Amino acid sequence: MAHQEIKLYQTGTFVAGNRLLDPEQRSVQARMGRSNSLTSGHRACQGCGEALGARYVLDAAMRATDGKMVAVNSTGCLEVFSTPYPESSWQLPWLHSLFGNGPAVAAGVAAALKAKGRDDIRVVGQAGDGGTVDIGFGTLSGMFERNDDVLFVCYDNEGYMNTGVQRSGATPPAARTANTKPVGDEPGNVFGQGKFVPAIAMAHEIPYVATATVAELRDLEYKVEKAMTFRGARYIHVFVPCPLGWGAASSDTIRLSRLAKETGVFPVFEAEHGEVTEVSTIRRRVPVEEYLTLQKRYAHLFGPAGRPDIVARLQATADRNIARYGLLAPDEEPAGPGVAQDVAGEGAV
Amino acid sequence: MLEQIEGSQAVAKAVTLCRPEVIAAYPISPQTHIVESLSDRVRTGELAGCEYMMVESEFGAMSACIGASAAGARTYTATSSQGLLFMAEALFNASGLGLPIVMTVANRAIGAPINIWNDHSDSMAMRDSGWIQLFAESNQEAVDLHIQAYRLAEALSVPVMVCMDGFVLTHAFERVDLPEQAQVDAFLPGFVPQQALDPDDPVTIGAMVGPEAFAEVKYLMHAKQMSALDEIPVIARDFAETFGRDSGGLVRPYRTDDAETIVVSLGSVLGTIEDVVDKMRDEGRTVGVLGIGCFRPWPLDEVRAALAGARRVVVVEKAFAVGAGGIVGQNVRDALRGLPVEVYDVVAGLGGRPITRASLRQVFDQVLAGEVDPRRMHFLDLDVDLVQRELERSRRGGRPGPHAENMLRDIGTVASGAYE
Repeated sequence: MAHQEIKLYQTGTFVAGNRLLDPEQRSVQARMGRSNSLTSGHRACQGCGEALGARYVLDAAMRATDGKMVAVNSTGCLEVFSTPYPESSWQLPWLHSLFGNGPAVAAGVAAALKAKGRDDIRVVGQAGDGGTVDIGFGTLSGMFERNDDVLFVCYDNEGYMNTGVQRSGATPPAARTANTKPVGDEPGNVFGQGKFVPAIAMAHEIPYVATATVAELRDLEYKVEKAMTFRGARYIHVFVPCPLGWGAASSDTIRLSRLAKETGVFPVFEAEHGEVTEVSTIRRRVPVEEYLTLQKRYAHLFGPAGRPDIVARLQATADRNIARYGLLAPDEEPAGPGVAQDVAGEGAV
Repeated sequence: MLEQIEGSQAVAKAVTLCRPEVIAAYPISPQTHIVESLSDRVRTGELAGCEYMMVESEFGAMSACIGASAAGARTYTATSSQGLLFMAEALFNASGLGLPIVMTVANRAIGAPINIWNDHSDSMAMRDSGWIQLFAESNQEAVDLHIQAYRLAEALSVPVMVCMDGFVLTHAFERVDLPEQAQVDAFLPGFVPQQALDPDDPVTIGAMVGPEAFAEVKYLMHAKQMSALDEIPVIARDFAETFGRDSGGLVRPYRTDDAETIVVSLGSVLGTIEDVVDKMRDEGRTVGVLGIGCFRPWPLDEVRAALAGARRVVVVEKAFAVGAGGIVGQNVRDALRGLPVEVYDVVAGLGGRPITRASLRQVFDQVLAGEVDPRRMHFLDLDVDLVQRELERSRRGGRPGPHAENMLRDIGTVASGAYE
């Protein structure tokens, strides 16, 4: 359309559209000079949140390092869909070793570059949630504890999607996966104690920890660029919906990401040296049902045989996140017109 | 320079002389003295330009080496036993990626039952990991093999494991001729990686390969390993010219010329075996020894040539394949295929049990007297009565409990808890 009304909430946040900005302030993706680190032609599913997240993360990091960068990838969807022999979507030096060792491999690359006096070349490691919170967790914690000069990025789609949607340590309670089916008395995944790796990363008191979603890609770019201003171990945990694994429409990836934040299901914040420094507050708080009902993995919680008791527990989890991270900022609460109808707005990015 | 020095210190010195750029290691006995010494040498600046990474596990150690090597750094680690097994996935990955990492394995038994002492079950478990495996007979050879290992690894872009007997060598003080830096620099050129992560020339390393080319990539791994059979003797010759002593090589025959019986072994026990053979030679028995310096790749032709004239071959090895038999023995049989040579498997020294001259002499005499069945694996110094008593306890039924604890209690090692 020739004319689009500016939505108030787009100003003053990192989701501001490029058309509002001077060329110099435009997003990395909007620049002619973007590196296309993960270039087109790969085989990710339609609406893949991980592919979107990785593209933004790596291009932002490439810009921040002036192209002097190496990427290390753990085994997983991202590795598989990007490198089917003899093709590669990677337009930067890229190494894949194993499922559980991405952080250690990345730390080894960083050590080699330092030994060679080339620590102008920076290292980004990346993995899915399985490679980060489960099988790669030991090497990740070691990398944090040694404060190796690596930015490690987890693309969290809350399950082992590459192997056919099994449960991971990052799968939320009640969610259906291939091995947590809604059968028996406790449908879906168990209610455990949770394994929120950003908080565990903070416990290592590394220089920088951030969470982000693929709904707010300017925010993601900003956090990557900020992470690259630090030396030492840094961690960004990106919430990336998986249409296949979640039973969601490919067109709902951004909507789900935004709802995860607006419900409090996924807290978005930054932390330095173990202390939270910034929180992305909720603009319009919505009940978790709005997030859950868009995904077939929660379908067993709704309808005639639904489980409102479990939905209430999930709401309580979101409420606890809101309280713990201060996701509601009362003074910022009154938002301008245009917000209400556009919580999951398409035009924002 | 001649020094009276502990094996681990000597190896650390040799590794230092090779100027590694990244060392990533996790402590495990009996490898610890090597990596402790290297940590000192990095901290004091004796080993300059090297990053020493204190990783959280052996899996992390090998993984960091993979990253460092792929970034073009000369890389080193050391481990033993459970540590080597914990690396297993990364070992296959390093070889599959063709990364010239050099690793010392201070050979130690594998549990259960947990045991820190020497045998070869760790390296042998990883014999098919795609790593070249060199076995040191002495601390001098351990020193020399590390220097040769870097040259070999980097020439072929293949990882190399230098195996030395834990405690027996690593903790033994022996006279060792330590090379000068200038000699090592002359012998070992700087590392020029065959692939590297370089922003100026970006490549994808570790891509997925399906059935269309997987066999070919694996074939190349095999072909490169086989080419090491040509490369290793050349490197050993060069080494002798530079350093003035023989070290390394594929196999080492000792008094085999007219030998009707040849004992095959590897590692530090070779010295003991040679002593026994000397004694038997004095008594007029035509016995010889073949030391295996390189177990992977398997020097099939050299082994065959060295053993072809013998009537019988006794393989003394510190590991075995449970439920199958000797490991080196199987490889020797493969080398002798079609020849009328009887091969006897003798498993010895498991979990650090001393291999004495008397025991070796006894089993050699038994072989010569036709008292050993070549179709059965023979366990040197096996306490048959102890085994029988434990089997009897198992036959009694009920819940006899764990074998290891029962047998220790039986021989009085564990005093607590009455056994009826």
